[in-house]
Amino acid sequence: MNRPWETAIRLDSVSKAFGNKQVLNDVSFSVARGEALCILGRSGTGKSVTLKLVIALLKPDKGHIWIGEDDITQLKSDELSRVRRRMGFLFQSAALFDSLTLFDNLALPLRRLTDRSKSQIEETIDLVLGQVGLAGDKYKMPVELSGGMKKRAGLARALVLEPEILLVDEPSSGLDRITASEIDDLLLEQKRKYGTTMVIVTHDTHGARRVGNRLLVLDRGKLAALGSAEELEKSQSETVRRLVGEP
Amino acid sequence: MKRVLEFVGVIALFSLRVVMSAFRGPFELEEIWRQIGEMGVRSIPLVAASGLALGVVMTLHTRSTLVTFGASAMIPKLQSISFFVEIGPLVAALLVAGRVGAGIGAVLANMRATEQIDAIDALSIDSFKFLVAPRVVACVLVLPLLTTFMDFSGLIGGFLSEFAMSHLSLRLYVVRAFSGMNWSNFIPPTLKTMVFGFLIGTVSSYFGYTTNEGAEGVGRAATNSVVVSSLLIILADVILVKIIFLIYPESAI
Repeated sequence: MNRPWETAIRLDSVSKAFGNKQVLNDVSFSVARGEALCILGRSGTGKSVTLKLVIALLKPDKGHIWIGEDDITQLKSDELSRVRRRMGFLFQSAALFDSLTLFDNLALPLRRLTDRSKSQIEETIDLVLGQVGLAGDKYKMPVELSGGMKKRAGLARALVLEPEILLVDEPSSGLDRITASEIDDLLLEQKRKYGTTMVIVTHDTHGARRVGNRLLVLDRGKLAALGSAEELEKSQSETVRRLVGEP
Repeated sequence: MKRVLEFVGVIALFSLRVVMSAFRGPFELEEIWRQIGEMGVRSIPLVAASGLALGVVMTLHTRSTLVTFGASAMIPKLQSISFFVEIGPLVAALLVAGRVGAGIGAVLANMRATEQIDAIDALSIDSFKFLVAPRVVACVLVLPLLTTFMDFSGLIGGFLSEFAMSHLSLRLYVVRAFSGMNWSNFIPPTLKTMVFGFLIGTVSSYFGYTTNEGAEGVGRAATNSVVVSSLLIILADVILVKIIFLIYPESAI
């Protein structure tokens, strides 16, 4: 068990249902500071819901979720904003604001949540877009970007406030093998350089084994396995072995 | 009946949240200004063209009747009273409900379907305050201005029609149009459109912001926004006209 100050995220007996459908059932796990945890599982097993619960876009029906020392299930909206500022979220579809240029997509949180000057904001955006290889595209509209570029732009927006925790939903979905691998490289670099804690939901076993320190398998809303790739390969559950085994 | 009451309840709560967000700082002035441009300026051609056409048609219809009674001199006054008191406010509001209401519903529903609203919340920005409140405030501010445009476009249309038929001079038309008109024929009916603006903004934002039906919900949100806000505008108009008559009995012609 990690000591409290070493734990970045902790879920404690979390359950969530939508109508009659129980999506998560009594799920508990923790993520250490600086660790990358990859969540695997078949479609509809509650992987994306877990991410949305961690950033409080959804509320659990039961259980507690801790971000550092804050139980976010008990926080009011202004306190929640403070906790959310420590997190970045890369959505499956990137969720770029389609009425704004790439530059304005990144500038929005900087203008509203920091007191940086115009030139400092520009400098930060140039730096972050440079990191994800989009320095020359900052005045493009989202509709002008390819799938891979959108993903990188979404990652840039998630990183622009320098979050301690990065939540990533399906970084490789809809991308070819090479582009998916480039996104994985960016995540690895972020982890190595800045020690960012990551929770990554993915179907890409190869990417999960590259980026993740540990893998977590969800099966029908329950935690089926948690451990290193090597440990999970020896699991008694066939579902776990098939999900974690190298393609 | 139960569903109607439920709907009234959720819309009332949504409206309350809109009012609280609109009056709680920090104020989204930049976004309000952008929305005013988007809704107001871009609606001017539609409102002006409709007002002009309605003005022409109104005069054509009333002319034949009034000429029969030898009261053709009343045409400009009838035109101005009709437009300032009822046609301008109601038609402008219904046009805006169609153009702006559908737009708000579709844009917000699309943002919900593509997780853009979640993305705003994830950035610790209050999406309701950022997206809904400015749109409602802009609707409230823009509608009286568009109504005034509609009123004067209707008068211009009326004049053009009258000029074509009887070569009435512009000066005489204006004098006749405004003879016997009070401020109470203009100010209260124009200001009542702020209520219409609130209804359009709130109802459309409600359908767009709260949808959870993915891409299918976008079309449904746009349609519901127009249908429900148009219906509420007409119902609210009945109540507001009654209230105006109570406060300004002289405007009850």
